[in-house]
Amino acid sequence: MRREGSALSGVGTVVLKELADNLTSTRMRLLEVLIFVTGASAAYATIGAVRDQISEYPFVFLLIFTAAHEPLPSFVAFLGFLIPIVAIALGFDSVNSEFNRRTMSRILAQPIYRDALLIGKFLAGLITLTVVLSALWLLVIGLGILLLGLPPNTDEVLRGFAFLVAAIAYGGVWLALAMLFSVVFRSAATAALAGLAVWLMFAFFWQMVVPIVTMAVAPPDPDDPFSALRTIDVGMDISRISPNTLFSEATLAFLSPTTRALGPVLSSQVEGSIRGTPLPLADSLAMVWPQLTALLASVILLFVIAYVLFQRQEVRA
Amino acid sequence: MSDPIIVTERLTKVYGGAVAVDHLDLSIDQGEVFGLLGPNGAGKTTTILMMLGLTEPTSGRARVAGFDPLRQPLEVKRRVGYMPDQVGFYDNLSGIVNLRYTARLAGIPLREIDGRIEQALQRVGLTHAGSQAVKTYSRGMRQRLAIAEILMKQASVAILDEPTGGLDPQATREFLELIRSLKHDGMTILLSSHLLDLVQSVCDRVALFNAGRLGLIGRVNDLLRDVLGGSHVIRVEAAGHDLDRAIAAVPGVKNVAVEEGLFRVEATDDLRPAIARAVVEAGGNLTTIAAGQTSLEDVYTRYFEGVRDAA
Repeated sequence: MRREGSALSGVGTVVLKELADNLTSTRMRLLEVLIFVTGASAAYATIGAVRDQISEYPFVFLLIFTAAHEPLPSFVAFLGFLIPIVAIALGFDSVNSEFNRRTMSRILAQPIYRDALLIGKFLAGLITLTVVLSALWLLVIGLGILLLGLPPNTDEVLRGFAFLVAAIAYGGVWLALAMLFSVVFRSAATAALAGLAVWLMFAFFWQMVVPIVTMAVAPPDPDDPFSALRTIDVGMDISRISPNTLFSEATLAFLSPTTRALGPVLSSQVEGSIRGTPLPLADSLAMVWPQLTALLASVILLFVIAYVLFQRQEVRA
Repeated sequence: MSDPIIVTERLTKVYGGAVAVDHLDLSIDQGEVFGLLGPNGAGKTTTILMMLGLTEPTSGRARVAGFDPLRQPLEVKRRVGYMPDQVGFYDNLSGIVNLRYTARLAGIPLREIDGRIEQALQRVGLTHAGSQAVKTYSRGMRQRLAIAEILMKQASVAILDEPTGGLDPQATREFLELIRSLKHDGMTILLSSHLLDLVQSVCDRVALFNAGRLGLIGRVNDLLRDVLGGSHVIRVEAAGHDLDRAIAAVPGVKNVAVEEGLFRVEATDDLRPAIARAVVEAGGNLTTIAAGQTSLEDVYTRYFEGVRDAA
């Protein structure tokens, strides 16, 4: 059966309203301060350390993102950690709060479809995330120019930009997850806890779970040398269920141009290659294309599940 | 009488085996104030949601303002203003900003929005509070803001779900005035309530709901006559022995209910003099005798007693 009228009428209005809410909320201010202070301090500490390598390494600018300076972790590690928290904070109460404030039925009684509300909320969250990450990214690059005293070259800018896009896609996964929980759970606290539980699992426990599961699924056979390789491959695939793994692999390829492979490599495969030479950006991109596609697919999948559940939900509280 | 503006035909909603609305046939005329009356859980809200296209009927169909809420929900929602039970607004935003948001969602042309909001707020008496955050509003002010939203949309039909729920008597009275003034403008109003005096005072017609079924439907006065059989209710306060028997012996008295010195007498006529005489002759001390107004409450009680007895 067909419905008449556009599912998208009202999306723009919802986006503007939600964007204003996101950008002015106290919650967002706190997170912005947190992410800016930690991110900028990590970058700042790193810049001091990488200054000596200016003459030796062609991609010094990218080192700002990836190099860790004890005791601080690297900027990328910080982001891998903080982006999910920001995304969960943006999304965990987006749908259920409308029910709890009893605004849902009043808003849906306006001439819009439910689609507009959910799409608008998601887009507003994604835009907020993009604004925060882009600002941080520019801040770090600016710091780099000031403190290193040299501008980034074209390749570094492009690689940095690719990294930014990957970071936004990674944030999108967590945003879609948080919104899914906000549809499923009527209580905002439950939705937030569920989101944080998933985040905690992937951020800390996944790497412990992976070897156990791998050993159960594909134990290496001592008589077959290739079975060990298979075990490693299966382990990597399981580990890639986690968006954190996908994100860190993507950033590794973009920000460390010398990375030539993400999995085990046989010596026959690297025969003839020159160790330590950087790959062109297109090749790095090709290497992590599956990771980027997987991140994007997760965003779409999670959003669609949230969408279907939301469409079927009863409006009455 | 013009064409009906809201029609339902065998409208049915089943929630996982439980029938919320059962083959409802309803027809509401343009410009009418129609009351949906029934206890909580009788299916009033479900009916309203189906009319707005916010819930899919299990079977049957509805037509609102000439459109099918299932296939053309946007057309229906453009013409219908809805005030949900316990209406909510964005608390941290002002009344005006809240209305502006719904105005844009409703697709009102941008340059008309502020003018319409101002008029609507003036109409409901919220001009002074328009720029205050809604969290400072009282319950009554929120309800009036919801009415302002309907006015701003220039809806031809207003659907109000439990509009006076939780209001104090003063706020209720003001709210009823507002509803009457909307009716005066020619707006069709459908309101649901379990409060009978409210419905009685503003509605042209009422429908009594029970367990998803339409029990009775008609003009308030007709219902009073039909259900109560045109009887008079007389309240008697008196102290004495066996007064109920004395009153019951008066010719024309149909029924006497006793409640701690208060007698509720149903009679075919206004028998106050005869009853007073009977009480005094029986040696009772008569303190009050008054003709109780028959109200929808009696209809309600009587009707649902009947339903329960039949079950």
